Parts: sequence; C-alpha cells; structure tokens
Amino acid sequence: MAESIEITDEMKSQIGRQSPPWDFEVTTTSVRMFARGVGYTDPVYFDIEAAKKAGYRNLPAPPTYLGTAVFLPGRCSDTFSGPTEGIPSVNHGLKGLLDGGTETEYLETICAGDTLLAVQKLEDMKVASSAALGGKMLVLTVVTTYTDKATGKVAARQTSQVIYY
Amino acid sequence: MPRFEDIHEGDSLPELRKTPTLQTLVKYSAGGGDFNPLHHDYNFAQAKQIGSIIVHGRFKYATLGELVSNWLGHAGRIRRLSCQYRGMDLPDKEFVCKGIVKKKSTDGGRKTVELDIWAENAEGKKTTPGSAVVVFA
Repeated sequence: MAESIEITDEMKSQIGRQSPPWDFEVTTTSVRMFARGVGYTDPVYFDIEAAKKAGYRNLPAPPTYLGTAVFLPGRCSDTFSGPTEGIPSVNHGLKGLLDGGTETEYLETICAGDTLLAVQKLEDMKVASSAALGGKMLVLTVVTTYTDKATGKVAARQTSQVIYY
Repeated sequence: MPRFEDIHEGDSLPELRKTPTLQTLVKYSAGGGDFNPLHHDYNFAQAKQIGSIIVHGRFKYATLGELVSNWLGHAGRIRRLSCQYRGMDLPDKEFVCKGIVKKKSTDGGRKTVELDIWAENAEGKKTTPGSAVVVFA
C-alpha cells in the first residue's frame, strides 16, 4: 500500500494528451456476445427482427457496451484488449489497479453496423486517500469520445476513473 | 413498457438480482474484452492480496444498464448512465440492482426521467451507486 504518491512533472505533462483515433466497429456478433456476458434475455439485443420491431435499424448496442474492445494483435493490450498505440500513459510504478467509476453520455443511438472513431484523452490526475485500500491512490480520469464515422456526429462520450494503488 | 404519463417520482424499478459465478465473469470477460486475471485467476497476486477474485466493476455497471433497459423496454432512450465502484463484490454472492424515479420533467419539451440506481450486496451496502437519465419520444 502506498503511504504517499507524488505526481511528478513528467506525469503531469501527460494531462490533456490524447490518442490518435482508432476504428471502433459495432457488430452484431459483438453486441450478442456482450449481451450474453451481462445476462440479458431481451431478444432486442440478439434478434434483428425484434430490434427492428422495437424501432432500431439493427441490433442496438446495450447500455455500457462502449469500451468493449476491438482486438488487433500486436497493437492492443493482451489483457484489456484495447489499443495501446499512442494512448496517454502515466509512468507511476504502482501495481494495484481498480476501476473507480464510469459515466457514459449518449448523444446518438448506436447500433450494429456503425463504425465509430474513438479518441482517448487523459483529462485529469489526482491523489486521494482510500479508507478501503488503507492508503493513497492515484486516480486518473480518462475520457473517450466516440464519433460516428458515417455522419461525423459525436455519438457518445465515456468518462472513466482508473485507480492505481 | 412504461408510458411517460404513468411514471411518477418515487416509483421503484423492478429489481434485478445477480449471483455471478466464475463462469458468469468469464462470459463477461469474453463479451467485454477485459481479461484482467483479477476477475478469473485466484492465484493472481492482486487476487491473493485481496483474498479472492472480484466481480468486474464494469459487470456491475452493465447490470445497472440491464436494470434500466428491462424497465424501459425500449419505450425511450438512455441518455446518460453512470456509477461509482465503492465496494468490491465477490463471485457466488448475490447483489441486487435497484432504482427509483428521482425526477420527471418536460423541460425544453423533452420528456425526461432521472433515476437513482444502485447495486447493493447481501448486507444492504450500496457497493455501486449510480444515476441515469432517460428521454422519451
């Protein structure tokens, strides 16, 4: 457990950095796999006819689907499956990793067949105390913006708190 | 499927109960792409230090999404969904996703419903408090 964590100038210099955009394809197969992984029984996430009856153009991305990775060998993390090239990263040396929170703002309805352009930005960095962890933790705020490639409109924004301890 | 007219502040959403097993977590890892061993490998150093593998925070976030989606029945669209991971949940332990209607408004001509949502463990502790905004056509 870290007694204290120092945010160095080098770490601070990463704030505001953003990744190059990557293609984030929403596919029927990945929507079904995600829905199965959560435990959905709603046919709208599995059956295209049911989705159309419910007013969607194809299987809709279930809430919280964004973040689901599109894996490319050699260019993505083997563990987390997301892209690694040009992603803002902070050299902090802490081993413990936990998720702190997630917020997604949806501006458009996202469906299978959409290709979104994702850009990740390191928004903020702070040190906080955690009673549960019994020490200090480093909290990074990361914002990923998903833009619909076909329309150029921002479809969603997802903000994540990543905890290192 | 709720109609906007029939929704009232203080209404409860139908509860969603989950008892994720190791298999559930493996399925979620495959569906979401997060293969952090903390969610499937009891010998992983961080899992040993914690004393168990733990449920993905994102799985709990996803089940809160399922709670809202099941209630909404596609009668409207989710515009915002958020939660904080305040406490760890362990496999084979039940947690319950709950929600209440916090606010209903038609500001700016948009039929909007704000929800308080959360997941709580068997001891009644809210491990995953959150909120959602839903817009009706």
